[in-house]
Amino acid sequence: MSGRGCGGNLIIKTVSGFLIPFIQLFALYLAAHGDLGPGGGFQGGTIFAASLILYAIVFGLDEGREKVYEKAAGVMAAAGVLVFGGIGLLCMAAGGSFLQYSSLLPGKVKTAYHLGIYGVEIGVGLAVAGALLLLFMKTAGSRDD
Amino acid sequence: MTEHFPALLVILPLLAAVLIPFSPAAVKRSAWHISFASAAASLALAARLAWETFALGKVSYWFGGWAPPWGIEYSIDPLGALLLLLTAFVTCAALSYSRAAAPAELAAERLPYFYSCMLLFTSGLTGIIITGDIFNLYVFIEIASLAGYALIAAGRRREALVASYNYLILGTIAATFILLGIGYLYMAAGTLNMADLRERLPQVYHTKTVLTGFAFLVVGLSIKTALFPLHIWLPDAYTHAPSPVSALLAATGTKVGIYAMIRVIFTVFKPEFNPSTVPMTVILAGLACAGIIYGALMALAQTNIKRLLAYSSVSQIGYIILGAAISNQTAMTGSLLHIINHALMKASLFMCAGIILMSTGAEKTGDLKGLGRRMPLTMAAFTAAACSLAGLPLTAGFISKWHLALGAVEAGLWLVVPVILAGSLLTAVYFWKIIEPAYFSPAGERRPVRPEAPAGMLAPAVLLAALGVALGLAAHFPALGAGRAAALLLGKP
Amino acid sequence: MIELIAGKYNYWIYICLMMIGFYAIIAKGNLIKKIIGINIFQSAVFLFYISISKVRGGTAPILWENAVLYDNPLPHVLILTAIVVSVSTTALALALVIRIRKEFGAMEEDRIAKLRSDGP
Repeated sequence: MSGRGCGGNLIIKTVSGFLIPFIQLFALYLAAHGDLGPGGGFQGGTIFAASLILYAIVFGLDEGREKVYEKAAGVMAAAGVLVFGGIGLLCMAAGGSFLQYSSLLPGKVKTAYHLGIYGVEIGVGLAVAGALLLLFMKTAGSRDD
Repeated sequence: MTEHFPALLVILPLLAAVLIPFSPAAVKRSAWHISFASAAASLALAARLAWETFALGKVSYWFGGWAPPWGIEYSIDPLGALLLLLTAFVTCAALSYSRAAAPAELAAERLPYFYSCMLLFTSGLTGIIITGDIFNLYVFIEIASLAGYALIAAGRRREALVASYNYLILGTIAATFILLGIGYLYMAAGTLNMADLRERLPQVYHTKTVLTGFAFLVVGLSIKTALFPLHIWLPDAYTHAPSPVSALLAATGTKVGIYAMIRVIFTVFKPEFNPSTVPMTVILAGLACAGIIYGALMALAQTNIKRLLAYSSVSQIGYIILGAAISNQTAMTGSLLHIINHALMKASLFMCAGIILMSTGAEKTGDLKGLGRRMPLTMAAFTAAACSLAGLPLTAGFISKWHLALGAVEAGLWLVVPVILAGSLLTAVYFWKIIEPAYFSPAGERRPVRPEAPAGMLAPAVLLAALGVALGLAAHFPALGAGRAAALLLGKP
Repeated sequence: MIELIAGKYNYWIYICLMMIGFYAIIAKGNLIKKIIGINIFQSAVFLFYISISKVRGGTAPILWENAVLYDNPLPHVLILTAIVVSVSTTALALALVIRIRKEFGAMEEDRIAKLRSDGP
């Protein structure tokens, strides 16, 4: 992975440089849209990871950034799972069963479900993006073997 | 708080497993402490839950507060409670054994990942045991299997990688079969909740859809439980895995697979499904008998200690499936007792094999000459566990095999009784191959690096073996629990 | 006969795909090709699940303006989960193959079998 990516081809670099922000925006849109429409954290996270992987392939990563990427991806994956589990445990602490969002805001069932699913989607998105990125870094990142 | 225990039992090890490898270095250094704390907490939760289950008969937990059959239900009956307790206990023992064993067999930087996989594995197994939703069952089977593949690949030799890869290919085929079977059942009954399936399926028992689904499920689960002749992944995997992993996998992995199979045959389907459409009893009992003899004969031919133990597992799994296939009260009790017995004993045996390997470097049966005097405690534990597996009187193995033979007689399956006895005899013979040089041969050239293993490794092995003898002496207690679970499973009050 | 083939064509496709995948797993010696076989095998089952979720005349299970019948969304959700499992399995298998290749210097089953010290 280290070095210059795909040889510094100008067309590929320009096009991806232009596209990557839009891909990421689309990923965030999908993640934010998960509670009411098609989409969700899983899809959003996957596309977000894809944009970062595209960046890494096209522009290449030097060794230092590779390490940072890997670390960040791991933390993201773990944080995602913790957000998901944390919301579940929070529901439990509030008196409901695991992931019973209605217990979070007594009286406002609809808002509680809205917020609960939203939080879970964010957790799922983080976990998926982190895990996919980590997989990419771990398999493609070790050129010397 | 107690009503949340079913969910906590799955979530606690899962969260701990994710936390360990991605934390600051200080946390990583105490990876063992965190995982052991989590396993100990699970054991406490499981004990409390088991007590409640035996008092109430059934404990149910609704995920997200959604009532079944729409939501995912966790439900624990006495059989689940027994296995829950067993899994949590063996995990604790395997983890305390790992503290000294894992650093000897693995590189230091891999240890956090190793413990994380151990926790993921238990989390998956716990999920399989307590879930009441058949698709959830598939997901947990895959969580446990994936963690299992990774654990096996951690073995010292490069052959471990190939063993893990082959297991992964077969395990994935099995998982896909299970998924397909679930799809067919869903197609026929329109529900995924096990209790609901039980009520709805009888109306469509005669359709080919249900029959196909049943066949796919049973074949898939047979691969996961390593029922003969689908056991080919097992010997390599157990031989090359690190010794704590061999102990954990042999004790809990295949047992929980058998549990899933029993769940599908007796909970999702009613017992009357089997004789009316397919001769399940004949097929499963035939394969189990073949497995008992084949596994024992193959074990007899091995010189590698761990491989011998692995083939012994194939043989003992045959016993457990045999009891489930005969499916009367006595045989089922024997089968459940043998699950407990084999789990405890095989864990102890693999731990002893690991201790011997670490202290003397001995892997072959011929290298054990005179070891009985040099490592008296290890060999005593090994011998006790071997006696129990062979079914000598006054051990737990005697009780379970007695029930199995009695059940076979009750069912009128006279042909099965000599197989049970022959299997026991062969078990004694192949263990004799290890015990004889250790006690009755003059000491060989191999000198142990140290006289006995560290107490952290020895204690769990001795404890498990002692438990086998204790359960044999106080046979009434486990037989009561297993009998109750078997009666509920077979639909008798 | 025509009805049996044309009326249930998606099930025939799923069976064919599944057998192609199964053949690749069994017959191919290259470890990567086996993984590809596994993927085809699993995808066939996904197709099966999607097939059973179709309701005649139904539309995508989203709140539309004037839709009456919806397809069954549950199998879709199940398959999403199964796809995640499939991805994890593939990732783990690829990681194993990378390490096997590093340790043995080979990716073909028969060559690895020769290099093993303990026989099959």
